[in-house]
Amino acid sequence: MIRVAVHSEAIDVAAELAAHDAGGHGASASFVGRVRGEGGLTELFLDHHPVLTVSGLEQLAAQAAERWRLAALTLIHRVGGMAPGETIVLVLASSPHRGEALAAVEFLIDRLKTDVMLWKRETFADGRVGWVEQRGSDHERAEKWG
Amino acid sequence: MRISYFAWVRERMGTGEERIDPPAGVATVGELIGWLAARDAAGALAFAEPARIRAAVDGEMVGPGAALDDVTEIALFPPVTGG
Repeated sequence: MIRVAVHSEAIDVAAELAAHDAGGHGASASFVGRVRGEGGLTELFLDHHPVLTVSGLEQLAAQAAERWRLAALTLIHRVGGMAPGETIVLVLASSPHRGEALAAVEFLIDRLKTDVMLWKRETFADGRVGWVEQRGSDHERAEKWG
Repeated sequence: MRISYFAWVRERMGTGEERIDPPAGVATVGELIGWLAARDAAGALAFAEPARIRAAVDGEMVGPGAALDDVTEIALFPPVTGG
């Protein structure tokens, strides 16, 4: 089962994990990305494309499902405004054994940082507002997957 | 064609979307970016550094050399920063 979603509502990690694990898979691996409140950050805003953001995530999910033998895959990205501590992204992958589930989660989070149409804007308590710049290290991590 | 802008490109253009009819001689994504940069002050600000602009044509990520023939929608945006 593959579930991909992009929405502005809070991600309910417990509910998503319960739904994902309903199949009783041997190994479930997860990545939960949260908003860091460093440097006086008060809001993180995620801009996205109304069509291509979700289709980009769907393409990555399909690639992961081809590459590894997965029993279930959940890939959810939040968009819009969010506060420190809130969940931005949730990646869940399950397989009969841990190796494939762990590899799929790492692949998905690495590649979605460079391949999917999402843009972060930070607002700080002192009034500064700025768009986050892409990091070279993100590209290096994404490229190792070929 | 319909053209859409995202993140700081949207902010600098002052709009998220517009319909454009580029003149003859604007045949590629790179030429379109150059034409927008020369069109007005907003375009000059948004597209001052073409190397920082990415493009998707009808849903596919493309390079600056991609042709604009039969294009319905083009999106122009900075490098992505999700995750």
